[in-house]
Amino acid sequence: MSATLTLDIPDFRNSPRVDEVGIEERVSRFTKRSIKTEAKNTGLRLILSMIDLTTLEGKDTEGKVRQLCYKARHLHDSMEGIPKVAAVCVYPSLVRIAKKELEGSGINVAAVATAFPSGQAPKAVKLADTKFAVKEGADEVDMVISRGKFLEGDYKFVFNEIGAVKEACGEAHLKVILETGELSTLDNIRRASDIALYAGADFIKTSTGKISPAATMQVTLVMLEAIRDYYYATGKMVGMKPAGGIAKSKLALHYLVMLKETLGNAWMTSKWFRFGASSLANDVLMQLAKQEYGNYQSMDYFSLD
Amino acid sequence: MAKQLVKKKKKSAGNGAAIDSALDFNSGWSYSPAPESTDHIEIKDKYGLFINGKFVRPSKGKYFATINPANEKKLAMVAEASEEDVDKAVKAARKAYNNVWSRMPAKERGKYIYRIARIMQERAREFAVIETLDGGKTIREARDVDVPLAAAHFFYYAGWADKLEYAFPGKSPQALGVAGQIIPWNFPLLMMAWKIAPALACGNTVVIKSAETTPLTSLKLAEVIQEAGLPDGVVNIITGAGATGAAIVNHPDINKIAFTGSTAVGKIIQSAIAGTDKKVTLELGGKAANIILDDAPIDQAVEGIINGIYFNQGHVCCAGSRLFVQEDVADIVVRKLKDRMESLIVGDPMDKNTDIGAINSKEQLNTINKYIKIGKSEGASFYQSSCELPSGKGFWCRPTLFLNVSQSHRIAQEEIFGPVLAVQTFRTVEEVLEKANNTPYGLSAGVWSDKGAKIFNMTNKLRAGVIWANTYNKFDPSSPFGGYKESGFGREGGLHGLSAYLKI
Repeated sequence: MSATLTLDIPDFRNSPRVDEVGIEERVSRFTKRSIKTEAKNTGLRLILSMIDLTTLEGKDTEGKVRQLCYKARHLHDSMEGIPKVAAVCVYPSLVRIAKKELEGSGINVAAVATAFPSGQAPKAVKLADTKFAVKEGADEVDMVISRGKFLEGDYKFVFNEIGAVKEACGEAHLKVILETGELSTLDNIRRASDIALYAGADFIKTSTGKISPAATMQVTLVMLEAIRDYYYATGKMVGMKPAGGIAKSKLALHYLVMLKETLGNAWMTSKWFRFGASSLANDVLMQLAKQEYGNYQSMDYFSLD
Repeated sequence: MAKQLVKKKKKSAGNGAAIDSALDFNSGWSYSPAPESTDHIEIKDKYGLFINGKFVRPSKGKYFATINPANEKKLAMVAEASEEDVDKAVKAARKAYNNVWSRMPAKERGKYIYRIARIMQERAREFAVIETLDGGKTIREARDVDVPLAAAHFFYYAGWADKLEYAFPGKSPQALGVAGQIIPWNFPLLMMAWKIAPALACGNTVVIKSAETTPLTSLKLAEVIQEAGLPDGVVNIITGAGATGAAIVNHPDINKIAFTGSTAVGKIIQSAIAGTDKKVTLELGGKAANIILDDAPIDQAVEGIINGIYFNQGHVCCAGSRLFVQEDVADIVVRKLKDRMESLIVGDPMDKNTDIGAINSKEQLNTINKYIKIGKSEGASFYQSSCELPSGKGFWCRPTLFLNVSQSHRIAQEEIFGPVLAVQTFRTVEEVLEKANNTPYGLSAGVWSDKGAKIFNMTNKLRAGVIWANTYNKFDPSSPFGGYKESGFGREGGLHGLSAYLKI
């Protein structure tokens, strides 16, 4: 499949406008879906399989990453049929150890790169950061866009930068973080999504988790609609990753509803949708245990790694 | 690699038309049944008429069955009020007006209305469930729209009861007397609230008839009125069909007729009361234009189109049943609309995930099907979503589109009152204004654009009583509602709603 895809690059100043009230209203419809019994069970398992288990701290060490990787492979061994998470997400310097720990597990290693989280570094540094992560074995690269340039209106810079990072990724999948909490309006978020999509993102992602607000359903819906329009225009599927602020199963199920009703069933796998989260997994496990045993168990029954 | 995941849609059930959308909404993860419980609901086998504060037997001893349109099972037997019963109700209302209600300090009147609102809120779940069982609307809408909005109307008008001089400064507004009110089956409880709350707040007493197919929540409201301790005869709630309504309209001791329903019946009422001194407000049919300009936020507009026409199975007088899309965005709007229609769930109204419930009656389903047939024979291109319909009994209709429609099609001219949307395209603002106003109706309209100036320009030129901008089917007690031309006259809601029940 190496046929060249020619794209008409749109004028991003003319990206579709978004009506905030309408978005709120649509989101409230998703949250009113009632997810029970079998649908809940299947949904919760699906959520686990879509998680990018994440640690992105200055104090991260090899020891910490090793523990997290074990958790990724063994979410809750006392219950049967619990899926593995999709990926473990770490800083580039810890990719090598994560890669080793996850060998043969089918779990990907994702690395945040390009001077994460601010992205305030020269292009050469960003590309070197990306190439280093890929060389260390990252299967996926989570880059940040230059929000400053975006807000200055220099869309061309942002577009070209994403393109260059994509090239530096080689075989690795590129997730483009918009850092929606810094873009302020839904119109901006839509425009940044379009830039990332047309510049070659494999995934678009809401947030670094370092800025508040992080992922919200409203923002994610705007991005899903951008993905849908891109798919309508090109036939090419792009993935979505809301990250930060999704800690509860119920909220994650609302996201699944939103995904299903916006992009349909083809996107309902970890190949096309991820949750960037660290504490979500345990809440989902607690719900699954409740479904299985009939009552809630203490949080102390679920491992913290 | 992406290509192989793109599934071509199977042919949709029922219509044979292929769907040109490549998104797949029908396979994979789906919602399990989530039915609302009916355990806490009490429906009696048989209901009398609520006259003079008590449930009484109808004089002729006649009863009729009210059924659940989702399974066609009988819910209860309901009394059919004769002319004699109507007379009894009017006499009770007159007596209550003369002896109690008109003499009571306005502040006290207000307290009773507040009490109705509060009890209704306390029993909200019960009202929502019964509304859904009796009328076929989804529990989601009954719970989130009908019941809270009905309570809100009572709260709103309770507040006005002792402030009428402030509503009309320099005047001393007086009550009219006895109001005879007739309501339709699409929003049974909400229409009760729209009619009763302002009438009581203005000091009138009431004889009200609920629709033949949806009497149950009106009888539950009678229980609330008893519980609230309203003086006997202030509100009389009767049930029956067209003949009962005619008896109300023709009764000589009624001062005001308020009717919501079809334009045909509205015309009959108007000629019946010609030459009498009865005041009248009519809220009749509609064929609203929902206009999508090319700079509109398209995804949100599509949601507005869906809310405009598929809300309450399209049984909405202000439904956005004529869609006008500017030609340069028509293809994308229609594509998105079809995709959105695929995620609508048609089925058991009691399931919390159902988007479109049961059609209210066999008769209405026949009307809708008649128009679908007309649309096809007129050559408009027909499209329905591929959703499964419940098997077995009940009245169902898939969300339906007709494309390539023109003003000359009957499906663009006549009110269908079902989930059927007629789609037309236009080139310029002048053209769409002309087409939107080219209808005997004038109840409502919608405009979608990113540009405020365009919206104000168009809303000034549309001849419709209610116009929504970048939203649709939004209601609030403080906002007047009513039509132009054959959509009726008089306003309900807000300050305007008071003047319909006062001598000013």
